[in-house]
Amino acid sequence: MATSKTLQDQNVRSVISVIVINESSVLARVSGLFAGRGYNIESLTVAPIPNSQTSRITIVTNGNIRTIEQITKQLHKLIPVYKVIEHQEMVEKEMVLVKFPLTENLSDISALCTAYNGGIVNVGAQMCITMITDEPSRVRHFIEATQRFHPLEIVRGGVVALEI
Amino acid sequence: MKMSGAQMVCEAIIAEGVKTVFGYPGGAIMHVYDEIFKQGSFEHILTRHEQAAVHAADGYARATGEVGVAMVTSGPGFTNAVTGLATAYMDSIAMVVISGQVPLSLIGTDGFQEIDAVGISRPCTKHNYLVRSLEDLPRILKEAFYIARSGRPGPVLVDIPKDITVDIGEFVYPQSVSIPSYKPIYKGNKRQIEKAVEAIKKAKKPLLYIGGGVVLSNAYELIRELAFKTQIPAVETLMARGVMGAENPLLLGMLGMHGNYASNMAMSETDLIISFGARFDDRVTGKLSEFAKYAEVIHIDIDPANIAKLVDVDYPIVGDVTEVVKEMLSMLDGINTDRYKVWREILRRYEDLHPLSYIDSDEVLKPQWIIERVGELVGEKAIITSDVGQHQMWAAQHYPFDRPRQWINSGGLGTMGFGFPAAMGVKRAFPEKIVINVTGDGSILMNVQELVTASEYKIPVINLILNNQFLGMVRQWQSFFYEKRFSETDLSFQPNWKLLAEACGGIGYDVTTKAQFDIALQDAISQNRVCFMNVAINRFENVLPMVPSGGALFNMMLPPKAENKGEK
Repeated sequence: MATSKTLQDQNVRSVISVIVINESSVLARVSGLFAGRGYNIESLTVAPIPNSQTSRITIVTNGNIRTIEQITKQLHKLIPVYKVIEHQEMVEKEMVLVKFPLTENLSDISALCTAYNGGIVNVGAQMCITMITDEPSRVRHFIEATQRFHPLEIVRGGVVALEI
Repeated sequence: MKMSGAQMVCEAIIAEGVKTVFGYPGGAIMHVYDEIFKQGSFEHILTRHEQAAVHAADGYARATGEVGVAMVTSGPGFTNAVTGLATAYMDSIAMVVISGQVPLSLIGTDGFQEIDAVGISRPCTKHNYLVRSLEDLPRILKEAFYIARSGRPGPVLVDIPKDITVDIGEFVYPQSVSIPSYKPIYKGNKRQIEKAVEAIKKAKKPLLYIGGGVVLSNAYELIRELAFKTQIPAVETLMARGVMGAENPLLLGMLGMHGNYASNMAMSETDLIISFGARFDDRVTGKLSEFAKYAEVIHIDIDPANIAKLVDVDYPIVGDVTEVVKEMLSMLDGINTDRYKVWREILRRYEDLHPLSYIDSDEVLKPQWIIERVGELVGEKAIITSDVGQHQMWAAQHYPFDRPRQWINSGGLGTMGFGFPAAMGVKRAFPEKIVINVTGDGSILMNVQELVTASEYKIPVINLILNNQFLGMVRQWQSFFYEKRFSETDLSFQPNWKLLAEACGGIGYDVTTKAQFDIALQDAISQNRVCFMNVAINRFENVLPMVPSGGALFNMMLPPKAENKGEK
């Protein structure tokens, strides 16, 4: 059993899509599996797949190679799980909503959001809300960049992904 | 046909060919019990605790290979059943447990005897259902039995709200099951099997590593044939005892924490592990980084998640052991068995060097002697169940099991209190067999109330209590690793076992000598009553060999050498 320890133990980030049959408690089965077996969840999104009896759960997780392999196998073992896709080549996007006070410069905020495929989506009496959608690494940059405009609230939507 | 949900439950049980159901009624399941009262197709055994009902159904399933069925009510009825579910889950035992639930309208209101049964049992069942409408019930019942017995077997819970058992609806029991997301793989990949066979032919020191999956797959004859054809030595896990047969010259014995020297050394030195339905449990491997360092691994398992879970696998084969071994056998014609001759000789020397041994005594009874004596007196006529602890290991080491399903114990979860109710389930399935629960003075008290059940239903199982007045296995660890601080393991305050048995309609024996033991066992077999055979054994006897927890498999604490003993 020759194991190259370093490679085996390295933590990798992994995006996994789980296609499940729409039935009650299926999300609890999936999230319970992660909790019960000590796997990490970085983000989790779920929504029904149009015109089908199935839903798609997108999970971002991390762990060493063996752990990721176990996660996909254990997910597949769940009876209502139809398909498990461990993404290799994918389009991966995340949506972010940010609320800014109107005391900040609106045109600067708008320019920032434009740079990240977004813009201002709502302006109220005291604040405005912006939305962007981008890749996770760029989302991180965007959130860093927002700091100088004193954001009031930031909501990340969690990653969704499609295999290319 | 129109009928109530309760009737549907009974009709499904009948349609599945179940002859015995173990259970305990209560408020939420009463309608089903009313229908049980009216029917005559299956019997119901009223245990005195829900845990025992599930263990009894489990024992029944393990002995027969069929699906065991237990029935409990909501709330505490269900929570008492959880240990039984977890026990069956860890050992992959096909079982359907039906639990009552508060009416749909009360779910989520903290109603009387309401608990989230599917939530609690999710990690300890193969699958579970909360029935939400009567129309779903026939399908769910059919699926439950199918899921329980197919693929890697396991327990399935069906939680039925009370109002659904009352409602009347159309009942057609489905002929077949179609779950698009559940398709177990039985046939192994042929190319992979070919590669594995090539590896076997190239190996110098191959080893058959036989697990409980061989029992579940009913593949023992094929495995014996494979071993004979290839002349490759074999080791068995705790769950696989009996697969090779005690007399089989190719069997080295049980491996792992309390495995024998030759088995553990074989595993440490082999260059090719051929694993059949085993899962490289930590009690088998010891320290993983030292485990089978020189070996390539062929891993055959019906559950892909078992493969490469703990050790790297060179030849993964997903499939049913029976199907895969059949394929393998046809590819192994004309194999040169001399190739492994040197290896067999090395292992034979290991067997001679440190056989499974103990020092017998005429002053005090030795547990190993008791087990061997039972083997001599009843042997193949008996089915042995066990609880958990030292007695379990002594039984696994020393009993001459000659077939699978003759040894029934809680291997994965290690549930004390399993043995007695499981023995009742076994005895119900095989009334003509002698059923002996090898137990300890700790374990037996964990389901002692079943004396009443066994007496009422005349289920004459023999509880062989190897009594050292200790929680022996914990005491053994305390002796070795905790400087003999026997924290809360001294059980020298004891019940009067004979009177306890008699108070519940059973029969009791107190045994302190070899002569008494022979007489007591013969008498117990001739009685048609449940019995407690209280056997006073050496208080400080240890289970050896022992691989200290977390240690390498080849670092064993070895038993003292005896002059006259030398068997597996």
